Amino acid sequence: MLSNIGIGLVFLVLILSFSIIYKAIFNLETSGQFIKKNIYTLSLFQTTFTILCFFTLIIGFINSDFSLINVYENSHTTKPIFYKIAGTWGNHEGSLLLWVNILVIFSYLFLVFNHTHNKKFRLYTLIFQNILILGFLFFLLLNSNPFNAIYPIPLEGLGLNPILQDPALAIHPPLLYVGFVGCSIYFSAALASLLSGYGGKLFAQSIKTWVKISWCFQTLGIIVGSIWAYYELGWGGFWFWDPVENASLLPWFAITALMHSLIVLEKRNTLYFWVIILCLLTFILSVTGTFLVRSGILNSVHTFASDPSRGIYILLFLSLMIFSSLVMFFKKYKKETYNFNLKSRETFILANNWFMAFFLITVLIGMLYPIFLDVLTNVKISVGPPFFNIVIIPLVVPFLFLMAVGPKFGWIKSQNKILHKILFLILSAVVINLFIFYFFGKYSFLSNLIFITAIFLILYLALDIKELINKKSKLELPRIISHLGFGMLVFFIGINYQFSLEEDFNLKVGGIKKIDNYEINFKNIKIKENKNYKAVIGKFKIINNKNNSVQYLDPEIRIYSNPDTLTYEAAIKTRITSDLYLTMSNVSRSEYYNIKFQNKPFMIWIWISAFMIALGGFVQLTLKKNEH
Amino acid sequence: MNISIFKIIIFSFAIFFLFIFWQGLKKNNNYDTKRLIGSRISNFQLIGMNNDDQYISEDNLKKNQFTLINFFASWCSPCRTEHKYLLNLSNKKIKLIGINFKDKKNNANNFLKELGNPYDFVGKDVDGKISILFGVYGIPESILVDSNLTVIKKIVGPIDQTQYDKILKLIQ
Repeated sequence: MLSNIGIGLVFLVLILSFSIIYKAIFNLETSGQFIKKNIYTLSLFQTTFTILCFFTLIIGFINSDFSLINVYENSHTTKPIFYKIAGTWGNHEGSLLLWVNILVIFSYLFLVFNHTHNKKFRLYTLIFQNILILGFLFFLLLNSNPFNAIYPIPLEGLGLNPILQDPALAIHPPLLYVGFVGCSIYFSAALASLLSGYGGKLFAQSIKTWVKISWCFQTLGIIVGSIWAYYELGWGGFWFWDPVENASLLPWFAITALMHSLIVLEKRNTLYFWVIILCLLTFILSVTGTFLVRSGILNSVHTFASDPSRGIYILLFLSLMIFSSLVMFFKKYKKETYNFNLKSRETFILANNWFMAFFLITVLIGMLYPIFLDVLTNVKISVGPPFFNIVIIPLVVPFLFLMAVGPKFGWIKSQNKILHKILFLILSAVVINLFIFYFFGKYSFLSNLIFITAIFLILYLALDIKELINKKSKLELPRIISHLGFGMLVFFIGINYQFSLEEDFNLKVGGIKKIDNYEINFKNIKIKENKNYKAVIGKFKIINNKNNSVQYLDPEIRIYSNPDTLTYEAAIKTRITSDLYLTMSNVSRSEYYNIKFQNKPFMIWIWISAFMIALGGFVQLTLKKNEH
Repeated sequence: MNISIFKIIIFSFAIFFLFIFWQGLKKNNNYDTKRLIGSRISNFQLIGMNNDDQYISEDNLKKNQFTLINFFASWCSPCRTEHKYLLNLSNKKIKLIGINFKDKKNNANNFLKELGNPYDFVGKDVDGKISILFGVYGIPESILVDSNLTVIKKIVGPIDQTQYDKILKLIQ
């Protein structure tokens, strides 16, 4: 039943997409400044039916309707309702439907909210977006249909992978999807702009809100994924340079570059073709990432979602996107002349772009090299953190410096007065760094440089905030929040990296272990039955001899029954100054447990800083609303 | 559209990338274990689990008429069920090599102490790289090779009575 409703709705959306393209092509030829009413109506229907389609699947999951293969394979009656719903996008087919939803919703919103812009440009955008929608709808129907029925109807489902049964992971995919699939709209708009000749300043204005929205959500999605890895994977790390994490970083670098160069396009009406390249690149990289993750070429935490047969289709689609972009771009490309003053703000914004391009290429090489090597020479290697750390970290130093100084250079020309301020702040940063170095521990020369520039950036922005309060203007606020967030992020990651304590040992119930000024008492073990798992909970008393404080930590070993899996839940005590992190795993047939104890300074501040980066974007979105 | 070197380079790049991706997709069948039967093992070298100085290579395998390479770990419960068959096999005309897969040394030693050690040699594969060579994607898995280093049987999952009988027949 649900299967028929779902498939019916998908077909309806398919037909609506075709008719929108058809009507839009006709509307292109007709005179008049306005888009015909019926195109709006069709788009509204398309959006409604797509959302209904998604709700149908959600209902299937809530009611545990195992007549759908998708529900049978990814759900179970004993699962809490929240995870039943989250299960909808916790699998390939369902997430593809979510993907289509976002394509359609963005398509409609772009049509409605950009009514002041050129008609041809909007129609072309609509056409391209609907071609994308059609592509993914066919993929959904032919290869990954979430509404496929199964007969006879099974009595019970197979269950969702337990490590995915987690609040952070329930919201991680929707956030990332709004971020990554949201890019599709300015991919379409960029192609439309090339075709219709509607470029420059106005083009920048038409897409900037959408760029900001998708940037905010991408940033949030990446942070939430990282937080999940921190407490769920049980290693105490938060960024692993895992191929899938890298795949999510690539579009982020491109979109961050795009956000900055859009400012130049809007204010100075130049860099048009560079902006177009970035628009196209961002979505192409999003799809490339999807391809790499879903086809199973890359092995990582996300392999649950992989299947080579999907690969061919996404690859075909990707090729089509790349070649049509290239052909259209080269057809319209004209050389632009740039005459920037070397000390102007444009130069610094371009500098941001060069850094982003560098980071992007580094991560791309690190990610693709193993695949290339495997295909060409049959050698299997994996590129890990050392490569990325060596190549990326030194470049962070000038990057941080420019992040502070760049935005303060006025448009076109600027005075040398700023130089004094810079010198003074660098000196202060050096002094603060010396203080940390002297009192808390030694670290390498490069780390010194990182700390100095990070502190410099923070101080510089602190002065900016002071200025902001004096001027009572909010215009600069988003930039300051995001840049400050970035400076703090680098600073706290540095501190965390330098001063973390980590110890691996075996302990039995009643045992005591001393590490530095910590004393770890293994008090007892309890067994608790939960709805969909059984938990072995350890109780640990951690005494800090330095300040005589006592903390209790209770890590868990969870035994899930559907499907049979063991997971290790870290116990984390988050405090303002540091996180205590403890995981426990059983040593088979022994009374000993393997304990991993970590003290990670300023962990919470890493998250706060990262959220500040995203917050800057959201603040900007609300500011824009108030201005209108 | 006039052709310039720049455009040609960009297009070639795009084609190259997509070609590699396409080839990469085909590559995926090195996780398809069926292909492995009949093929010869090459570049085989295994470092001892408890002693880094100990190792065996292809030359050692060539001396045995039959060798069963078994992937195991202390955290793997099906490994326990197949263990008695491995112990039985250890009295037969076959050499057993255990590869300890993504495991902790202490746990693995406890595992063998508790259940008995059927292996003539125990090697380690801490990061799972050697296992990739054999197309192992889950354990337990076992690979039977002859003195030419040709793979004659591959068992995915625990060895049970039927698999055990088949092995005995093959090494007769």
